[in-house]
Amino acid sequence: MDEKETSHETGFSSDAKKNPQRIVFITRKTSAKVNGEIPGQVMAYPHLLLRESIAFQVLIIAIVLLALAWDAPLEQLANPLVTPNPAKAPWYFLGLQELLHYFPPLVAGILIPTLVVISLVVIPYFNVNVEGEPMWSTNSSRRLRALLATLAVLEIFLGVFQAWTVFVPTAAIGGIAVFSFFIAPTSTGLGRYLRSRAASWWVMTWFICVAVVLTVVGTFFRGPGWSWIWPWRGHAG
Amino acid sequence: MATTFQDALARLRETRVWKSIFRRGPALTNRTRSLAVFGNLFFHFLPVKVREKSLRVRATYYLGSISFLLFVILAVSGVLLMFYYHPAVPQAYRDMKDLRFVVSNGVFLRNLHRLAAQLMVLVVFLHMFHVFYRGGYKPPHEFNWVVGVILLLVTLFLSYTGYLLPWDQLAFWAITVGTNIISAMPVLGKYVRFQLLGGNLVGENALLRFYVLHCVVLPLAAVLFIAVHFWRVQKDGGLTVKGEDGRKGN
Repeated sequence: MDEKETSHETGFSSDAKKNPQRIVFITRKTSAKVNGEIPGQVMAYPHLLLRESIAFQVLIIAIVLLALAWDAPLEQLANPLVTPNPAKAPWYFLGLQELLHYFPPLVAGILIPTLVVISLVVIPYFNVNVEGEPMWSTNSSRRLRALLATLAVLEIFLGVFQAWTVFVPTAAIGGIAVFSFFIAPTSTGLGRYLRSRAASWWVMTWFICVAVVLTVVGTFFRGPGWSWIWPWRGHAG
Repeated sequence: MATTFQDALARLRETRVWKSIFRRGPALTNRTRSLAVFGNLFFHFLPVKVREKSLRVRATYYLGSISFLLFVILAVSGVLLMFYYHPAVPQAYRDMKDLRFVVSNGVFLRNLHRLAAQLMVLVVFLHMFHVFYRGGYKPPHEFNWVVGVILLLVTLFLSYTGYLLPWDQLAFWAITVGTNIISAMPVLGKYVRFQLLGGNLVGENALLRFYVLHCVVLPLAAVLFIAVHFWRVQKDGGLTVKGEDGRKGN
């Protein structure tokens, strides 16, 4: 276990209420004025504003070039009597539309988005990973069992609903997470990186992977009747 | 040549008119540079000093700044598009045709607006994930993360309400599919959908409601929350920098 060596503990406890530390000693006739500057700071004007204006100019040039090259689509006049097949939502909702293919509308359209928004909002209030502690640093065998059990329940649930486009990325990320348990603590490079990831990192990475796979599948791999198509075989839409 | 220009600029900055506009002389000392930020309505949301580390490209990839700039581009191009647009059926669609065939640079204007809108959704998502991986939600930044989630939702609603406005097949059916999901909500679903569309179907009332939401209500909400978001970055002590206070990112 190498986490003790990489520990970021300094001389002070982070909890000032439990372990008060004397930081300054103020004698009579001296004031508690700040002595010196916090190192590594620069004035926002000009340093920050200059960089921002350069970033803005680069972006404007890039977006103007793209807008000249790429025309926004315009189809026929809206006609409530002619339903295109498939009728697709904007791309950022196609992940949800893909979920609607597997789950009832109440689950895919209402419950899951609500849960996602609620979990995003509560992240900072549940002290998610304040210490940035790696998932395998303590209780590693118990955590491995918990991970395997969670994965098994999730994958059985997804298998019952035949939600393969969620099942596959879940299996991939879950598999890598389980694999990272068996990486030797002495390994370097990618192995070391994966082994030192926190539990919250794995959850977020899983969420992003599922969202990306669902959106890509919904955008490019779904044709008439939401059937599977290969985009390079020249289907419309 | 360069020196004459700089001399002229320096003399301009000493004039009474310049000082009356910017409330200061040339920003040559740290005091006047501070004034340049907190003495300016538009910059006073920003911190006077920033950590050198937080200026590095890898620290932010400028994702927050880019989101903001895309919003500015969208506001400007959106106002220009409003000059040529009527939120009525079928005039809205005819206006799209006019933009393509009649209005000077109409195609470019619509391309710019649509491209910036798509990019903004993408960049706002990237910004959120990047902030998460850097641990930017940790104390004292908790509430600003929540403001960020609100801004993500406002961005999605802005993009979604704009989707209907061209009144073509793509717009009509995308909104029909999306709003049908709302009616799956227990108890309130049908009611919320009716209120959003101003009817049971996507029609003229829905177009007007989406137009007002897209051009007035949601942009105002976005401006308000963007202001809070920027201001809180400064009040909460600047951006989270990895390795600071011995704290690690994720």
